[in-house]
Amino acid sequence: MKNSTFRMVIKRFYKHKLAVASLYFLVIITLLALLAPIISPYDPNQVSTSFSKPPSLKHFMGTDQIGRDMFSRLLYAVRISLFVGLAATVISTIIGVTLGLIAGYFGGVIDIIIMRITDTIMSFPYILLVLVAASIFGPGLWNIILILGFVDWPGAARLVRGSVLSLRETNFVKGNVVAGMPNRYILFSEILPNTIGPVLVYATSVFAISILDEAALSFLGMGVQPPTASLGNILNGAESITILTDKPWLWVPAGVLIVLLVVSINFVGDALRDAIDPSAKE
Amino acid sequence: MLGVTGQKRGRFLLYRDEKREPLMVIRDLKKYYPVRGSTIGKKKPIIHAVDGVDFEIYEGETLGIVGESGCGKSTIGRQIVALEKPTSGHVLYQGESLSDMSAGRLRKIRTHLQMVFQDSTSSLNPRKQIYDILAAPILYHKIVERDMLDEEINRLLDLVGLPKSMKYRYPHEFSGGQRQRIGIAKALSLRPRLVVCDEPVSALDVSVQAQILNLLKQLQDELKVTYVFIAHGLGAVRYVSNRIAIMYLGRIVEIADTQELFDDPVHPYTQALFDASPLPAPKLRGRQRIILKGEIPSSINPPKGCRFHTRCPYAIESCRVDDPKLIPVKPGSSHLAACPVVLAQRKN
Repeated sequence: MKNSTFRMVIKRFYKHKLAVASLYFLVIITLLALLAPIISPYDPNQVSTSFSKPPSLKHFMGTDQIGRDMFSRLLYAVRISLFVGLAATVISTIIGVTLGLIAGYFGGVIDIIIMRITDTIMSFPYILLVLVAASIFGPGLWNIILILGFVDWPGAARLVRGSVLSLRETNFVKGNVVAGMPNRYILFSEILPNTIGPVLVYATSVFAISILDEAALSFLGMGVQPPTASLGNILNGAESITILTDKPWLWVPAGVLIVLLVVSINFVGDALRDAIDPSAKE
Repeated sequence: MLGVTGQKRGRFLLYRDEKREPLMVIRDLKKYYPVRGSTIGKKKPIIHAVDGVDFEIYEGETLGIVGESGCGKSTIGRQIVALEKPTSGHVLYQGESLSDMSAGRLRKIRTHLQMVFQDSTSSLNPRKQIYDILAAPILYHKIVERDMLDEEINRLLDLVGLPKSMKYRYPHEFSGGQRQRIGIAKALSLRPRLVVCDEPVSALDVSVQAQILNLLKQLQDELKVTYVFIAHGLGAVRYVSNRIAIMYLGRIVEIADTQELFDDPVHPYTQALFDASPLPAPKLRGRQRIILKGEIPSSINPPKGCRFHTRCPYAIESCRVDDPKLIPVKPGSSHLAACPVVLAQRKN
């Protein structure tokens, strides 16, 4: 039964204690981010006269250089970072899966063209490509999402192409060719469902990388533009040595959040990989 | 039907006079595969998987194809169901060449030509229930109306001896024998005229093998379907086949009715094959056994002349040069063998 396979995956996933803890952490963070407008005590962009104040009763995570409430800003920043990561992952996965399917199934010249484009994009220094693209198209939320989406797809394309190549040789695909079934049926109903597992695992790592890239770009001033808060541009304020040494509340929470988000996403991805591996027992 | 489909087909006319109409005619079929890997500057080596094969398949019969691994028997099977295009030569279904058909015509013809695979595990999509696996081709080819689908699937499962309550299960919940039954049901669901069974029982337990073979025979009686039965074990082939073709290195070396072949094997390779298997063949007992020495030569560089001469105890000088043709053992006989040496000896 479909149910029993699904239950087996859940069961195996729950064996990874770290991954389960990470999953709970992610769920809580996501809920906080989604509920930001309700939870946050202040408007994240509201300026007050208490500049760079350490945590107090009024602002329990302190205020930034122009007097905005750090807690409210962090809530909204996680919102933006998760959104950028998710949107970039969805875009790159869709592009990668589509191109990988086409290249793997049809082969020949189409395969060669697609895979050489993939190799070309992969051979560029990644962060440089993103920086150049950001400076050409200009910084901004949607530009960042699109740029990250368009540079992250080669990995997914390769992954899908590889599994399509091996699935194409299986007897059940050949059986469907012999049965005269059309290509669209074989591609979408027979091959695609069997590639979902690895793609899902790969997508989690793209998700983590996208969050990191957004943070890096915003830190460099090429990403999400102020006053919109993102984890990266909150860190941007920590460029000076006095802030780094004397005002840790301005940068430590954002930095720790990035680390925790990326680490827990990766843990979940790892556990997912083990859980959906059909050769694994119990 | 052959010969009436237009003058273009004229050159494929049978050179052997048979009373029955062939369902399928294979003419000078060749299939070469390039060896994978990069050899810069050099010409890529080529595997001669099937290298010039002629035979007919008659309606309602079971034609067994036997040979060692790598002799090209499965390649022939894939050509018959049009999974691959031949390098040259033709597979003529009712006089029409499969490789010349339009895509639409071929799609229609494909329902007539089905296949049962060796590895029943990989022949069923692990993510689909049996019901869905069977239903998709039936609906696509409109074999039955949608409201008759449930009934049709119950009928198919019943046909192959599975309880219909199993149709909502996934492939991994079945045993190997049961999965092979499902594979047979899938092949038969399109009401084919010819089914290629590519080593359908090789991966099964011996007790289950007998069950599957009996099922295939029983279905043939009921549905009048034609089989091409590919195997490397003589026992199973002998049990189900009316006629048997023996293959060696991409060629058919002998083809005859089953009884005739086992009573009177002509080609030295056939004799060696029989001698190597513990079959009760009383007529052979008095004779000296042929034990093959050495390895089967590479199909990248098959030997010139007769392909078997490197291992043949009867080989003479001309065997290294002359490529033997399949010729009748006796004038007018349907028993053909490709060994002029043995045939000449017999005449004396």
